Amino acid sequence: MTSRRQFLALAGGALAAPAAMAQLDPNIAVKRRVALQNAIRKVVGEAELKTGKVKLEIPPLIDNGNAVPLTVTVDSPMTAAEHVKAIHVLTEKNPQPFVLAAHLGPRAGAARIATRARIADTGQVIAIAELSDGSFWSHTVSVIVTLSACLEDGLI
Amino acid sequence: MKLAALALWAACAGALAGEIPLAERRSGYDEMSRETRAMQDDDTTNPALFTVLDGEALWNRKDGEQSCAGCHGDATASMKGVAARYPRMAGGKLINLEQRINACRVEHQRAPSFAYESKELLALTTYVARQSRGLPIAIEADAATRPHLDAGRKLYEQRLGQLNLSCSQCHDDNWGKSLAGSPIPQGQATGYPIYRLEWQGMGSLERRLRNCMIGLRAEPYAYGAPEMVEVELYLMWRARGMKLETPAVRP
Amino acid sequence: MAARVVVNVPPSAKRGEVIEIKTLASHVMETGFRHAQTGELIPRDIITQFICLYNGVEIFRAELFPAVAANPLITFTTVATESGTLEFKWTGDNGYTATQSAVITVS
Repeated sequence: MTSRRQFLALAGGALAAPAAMAQLDPNIAVKRRVALQNAIRKVVGEAELKTGKVKLEIPPLIDNGNAVPLTVTVDSPMTAAEHVKAIHVLTEKNPQPFVLAAHLGPRAGAARIATRARIADTGQVIAIAELSDGSFWSHTVSVIVTLSACLEDGLI
Repeated sequence: MKLAALALWAACAGALAGEIPLAERRSGYDEMSRETRAMQDDDTTNPALFTVLDGEALWNRKDGEQSCAGCHGDATASMKGVAARYPRMAGGKLINLEQRINACRVEHQRAPSFAYESKELLALTTYVARQSRGLPIAIEADAATRPHLDAGRKLYEQRLGQLNLSCSQCHDDNWGKSLAGSPIPQGQATGYPIYRLEWQGMGSLERRLRNCMIGLRAEPYAYGAPEMVEVELYLMWRARGMKLETPAVRP
Repeated sequence: MAARVVVNVPPSAKRGEVIEIKTLASHVMETGFRHAQTGELIPRDIITQFICLYNGVEIFRAELFPAVAANPLITFTTVATESGTLEFKWTGDNGYTATQSAVITVS
């Protein structure tokens, strides 16, 4: 949900608990981008994050951010000598950046995973593949999230 | 004589001002992205799958004196085409599928009725409606249903709420355009109960109508209210000829 | 009611073939970031881990975060190496566990 929507919801009369007050933070966009960068650092460590080999398939215009189908495919022979060890999916505008971490290996046969994610708002989604040789590859997609026009609880 | 003939023609033709002709009727499915459609089409990954399975389990579970299966046997045979004909008249009263299921529970199973929008009622309704998937919606206007149909249409065309909008203004006059970034569908009730991504769960047509009424800042009708069932009847009649998609996935 | 997890595994495959496995779990995946109307935080309740074992050997593992949608779908692949049993296990907050298994014939 957007910070605008949350602000209006809270202003609408709900008691603002301390955690809720944090969501009125005007620096929230900056903080979440920093959180994403920190999360990427956590996954990749000191290695260079290269672009390529990874294909993140996600609708560019999302019907509803509550369930966004996505598929990550990595170009790899998936042999014992050369394979994908892990696939990480992260996103920019969520309250916390991690979506899923999948641990594969040569027995996977192919490096392909699919799931449905929650993407809170328009922004970037990034898939990172960790290869057996210690390198990290990524694909970033910018998505637009459309919000429902009318909510059931009446809070905008 | 001429006037009578004209009235007869008007009654039989069924076409109403602003109504969408059958050839132009579009399901909400058509407004969804390729990926969301795939969620609905793949039975193994449709998020409504659990509700269908729960419905099947409830169908076979003895409640009170017997199970649904005790009278109706295999639902894939006995329930085929049923949901496509609801709402309908029963004992002089217009009822929807949920009310029919509850009436069966109370009268024939001697079991308590399920609450509206309860997990159990949604599961059974979905399971029953699923057996009509792919069949054309078959609501006919006859002498008994005509007054209810007219009442439902009247409410559909009536401005409601603080926003002072009628269903018809969006869904008949402005379908295909966008409301705050979301495409406005025709609002054809072809897939209920649906898994709505916004709800992150299943819901009935009445839940969807209440959702819209709240959006208009109107006081929503209670579940099972006669006015709601009349609008349901009108909506199903409006979608007649279109294929049932239950369980549909919608944004 | 019974239905909690569903797995979709092809019943048979050729040795060396890469097969696709689709899994679905019935779970609300409460994020821990939502607030009730009164302002209280609704506590997190999610599936945190999913594991697949093929004749006892781990062939796939996933960590799930609140950003996974409700009723989580996880689709992955594995090489059909031998006939046997695939076991699936989900674990999560508040002691949540679910298991399922499927038999595969590999020729």
